[in-house]
Amino acid sequence: MKLNGARILLECLKREGVDTIFGYPGGTVINLYDELFSFKEIKHILPRHEQAGVHAADGYARATGKVGVAIATSGPGATNTITAIATAYMDSIPMVIITGQVPTALIGNDAFQEADIIGITRPCTKHNFLVKDVKDLALIMKKAFYIARTGRPGPVLVDLPKDVQIAQTEFAYPESVEIRGYKPTVEGHPKQIEKAVDVMLQTKKAVIYVGGGVILGNAADELTKLAHQLGIPVTMTLNGLGSFPEDDDLSLGMLGMHGHYCANMAVSNCDLLIAVAARFDDRVTGKIAAFAPHAKIIHIDVDPTSIKKNVRVDLPIVGDVREVLIRMLKTVDKHKAEVETLKQNLAPWIEQINEWKSKHPVTYKQTGSTIKPQYVIQRLRALSAPDAILATDVGQHQMWVAQFFQFTRPRTLLSSGGLGTMGFGLPAAMGAQAAFPERQVLAVCGDGGFQMNMQELATLVQNRLNVKIVILNNNFLGMVRQWQELFFDKRYSSTCMELPIDFIKLAEAFGAVGLQASKVDEVDAVIKKAFEIEGPVLMEFKVAREEKVLPMVPAGASLTEMVLT
Amino acid sequence: MRHTIAVLVENEFGVLSRVVGLFSGRGFNIDSLTVAPTNDESLSRITLVTRGDEQIIEQITKQLNKLIDVIKVIDFEPENAIEREMVLVKVSAEDESRAEVLRIADIFRAKVIDVTPKSYTLEATGAPAKVAAMVELLRPLGLKELVSTGPVVIGRGARGWKG
Repeated sequence: MKLNGARILLECLKREGVDTIFGYPGGTVINLYDELFSFKEIKHILPRHEQAGVHAADGYARATGKVGVAIATSGPGATNTITAIATAYMDSIPMVIITGQVPTALIGNDAFQEADIIGITRPCTKHNFLVKDVKDLALIMKKAFYIARTGRPGPVLVDLPKDVQIAQTEFAYPESVEIRGYKPTVEGHPKQIEKAVDVMLQTKKAVIYVGGGVILGNAADELTKLAHQLGIPVTMTLNGLGSFPEDDDLSLGMLGMHGHYCANMAVSNCDLLIAVAARFDDRVTGKIAAFAPHAKIIHIDVDPTSIKKNVRVDLPIVGDVREVLIRMLKTVDKHKAEVETLKQNLAPWIEQINEWKSKHPVTYKQTGSTIKPQYVIQRLRALSAPDAILATDVGQHQMWVAQFFQFTRPRTLLSSGGLGTMGFGLPAAMGAQAAFPERQVLAVCGDGGFQMNMQELATLVQNRLNVKIVILNNNFLGMVRQWQELFFDKRYSSTCMELPIDFIKLAEAFGAVGLQASKVDEVDAVIKKAFEIEGPVLMEFKVAREEKVLPMVPAGASLTEMVLT
Repeated sequence: MRHTIAVLVENEFGVLSRVVGLFSGRGFNIDSLTVAPTNDESLSRITLVTRGDEQIIEQITKQLNKLIDVIKVIDFEPENAIEREMVLVKVSAEDESRAEVLRIADIFRAKVIDVTPKSYTLEATGAPAKVAAMVELLRPLGLKELVSTGPVVIGRGARGWKG
């Protein structure tokens, strides 16, 4: 039986196991939406802005590990997705974005709502496709999902002209796909893995440095096992948080610009750095020349371009992180006696690290009745479920979450680490809540970032997505203000958000519940009440306005040059 | 260091802009670039000349390999490769310099492909250094226009290089 392109697209999504999509209709996807009207196997959620729709698909993907799917119409619909696609690309999130396009005969004519979205998204997608013939559609969809989820994952965009949605052809979904230019390395080189284990067994001062790839590659268990077997401490990047439990004795928490003192000191003094699916971002390394200056570096990554991009690497291992770690664990098992010696050799190092830990833990002073933002984060951790998912925006609150929330499970922190996209938190939480209706999902935002996508309150209420929104309101663009305080003589150029917004009324206008705390003794009651309410709740915490995120490594300085107070 | 890199790609629309976009987006240099289909019509071959230290060239070849439409990348070692380019040169040729232009053309086995009372247009093919030497000799005589294909490269020996 012949099907039209719109129907074929939906059949492809179904066969890829897609159950939820986020999309916004328009002229060039109207045929697709007409098919969707009677296609009950897929749940469709309508955001209030295409950027938020793609962030929601991103949040869905981060929380579930499945490929997130979003739809937008041509022209402005498609260009509205760019920030969200670039966000997913920087953090290697598997997604398929479908955009409508003007009919093939009109492409290039400056038609109504035409944009060259293939050209525009080329540098911010893993790959993209323009479907010119309905006969190619099924194979392209198969390829799109395959590319999105394998190797180093990433967003793939499929541009689908209106006439291709209407045209008919026989539908058959390919069983498998072969792309001659795309063969990601899965198994790490066995000799390299053996060499790496040999080096690990010789170390006296090692650190494991974990990136978001461990979570994306579903290798948190293997990583945790390896760290425990060898007794080597673990530090994580922002997106690596959750891969190793932060309440474990071996955890050093996050490293880098706002990382823990002990983590930065450990990296700067170690003799072996084991980088696992991390990419040595400048916010992590500080001054490259002074990064891990005494260490041999082992680097495990699925993407060969990540290796030796920023730092020298002594022992590269290209492969799927889970496969590599499983093989490493097997190799370690063969060296029981050496492992015991290793643990003895590491003892003084662990002692040194514990000294650093107790010397300068991340801290703040809660004095008087004004709420300290860090206090709110600690109370959220204490009062939320252990499997609660937390999405953040970008800025000070994001760093306080990273420092104080104490993540213990993978896929519970959703944060724009690479691109640093304000406005990400609320829609990402929305996507996670759509995937897990029964779990607690928090969106922690500043007052700045929240206002970038606050229209999504409508989506939450309409779809009964019970996200609990936390706004740490300091009436500032706090992170920029902090830089202005420290490096620009307190010249607060355009960072003061003076207009007092009534967030309670705002929530109520959308049909959500709004709660507020302005004194420290009101914090617990607000959080508890929010968790009791069935439905989306906005909690506003009026916090100390000029609190700083500390410690801080100034941009371009080495990790040991931390501003501590 | 100058490197001549051959890239075998899918012969499809948009592939060239992915390759070129990679260079502009990451701040890599392209000195020259040439592209055409191969004996297998589903494939095109790009030859590009770039510069950079070892780390940059390693990044360039890795990033090229990462593109989905790129099937193979070879960074040719000069001793194992043959490079050729073609130039078309329009040079002033009046009075006594007319004979000099022809002498230079003869030495470099260039062909005269257009003649006017005031100029010769020459076609020359050869290794980039040879072609450059000819151009330098012609320059003082009055170089009016120069167009070059940029080098193409092929490996030495019996082994062919395909997808």
